[in-house]
Amino acid sequence: MTIKRTVNMTKQSDDVIVKTLSRLLIPFMQIYALYVIAHGHYSPGGGFQGGVILGASLILLAITYGLDNALRMMSERLNTILCSLGVFIYAGIGLLCIMLGGNYLDYGALDKILHVDIAHARSLGILGIETGVGIAVMAVMASIFLDISTGGLPSTKERDQSD
Amino acid sequence: MIWQLDLILCIFIVICAVAAITIKDLLAAVIILGAYSFFMCILYTGMGAVDVAFTEASVSAGVGTVLFVAAVSKTKRRSKD
Repeated sequence: MTIKRTVNMTKQSDDVIVKTLSRLLIPFMQIYALYVIAHGHYSPGGGFQGGVILGASLILLAITYGLDNALRMMSERLNTILCSLGVFIYAGIGLLCIMLGGNYLDYGALDKILHVDIAHARSLGILGIETGVGIAVMAVMASIFLDISTGGLPSTKERDQSD
Repeated sequence: MIWQLDLILCIFIVICAVAAITIKDLLAAVIILGAYSFFMCILYTGMGAVDVAFTEASVSAGVGTVLFVAAVSKTKRRSKD
């Protein structure tokens, strides 16, 4: 059994069906991911799953429209910044709770600066945590795919030479 | 959960797991691993663990398959052993 050469995942697709469908699908995927993140505290889902779906929409963009178009919208530099920003939001909300007199990630202490009752402050605190996790997971998923599909080579010229 | 459906799903899961590690074509093995993940997802949903099922469907069957396909496209498609 002979096996043909596998497709290159970093070039732009020639297929008009694939490109049109993914252009229609990507906005709905991102809206659904935001829904999953925002409703994480009282329905299935949460920051991690929503972030994975957001990352999957970026990966679909990179597969169908080529890696260079995807990198123009989501560069490696922006990826690194978003990845650290997500962890910063998570740890920052946790430390803010300590500063306001609670335990780490004890969202009830946030009612002093949010000016709402304790139950509402806990709900908002969980939403902030989920947002941070979602941003970090999206950046990490996109970054893993970029690293695997380019083989770690930074620029387009070097990738063409290696093929 | 209906035990007949449970039994069929468990048989499919075992078949997919054995096929994914014995098949020589690595791209086919990746796709079978994705099918395995979806059967696990249905099983988790039947047990009432919707959150776990959601994670399994999005991470393992969605992004994991894409990452494996990207890795196969950068290396050889046929397994040596």
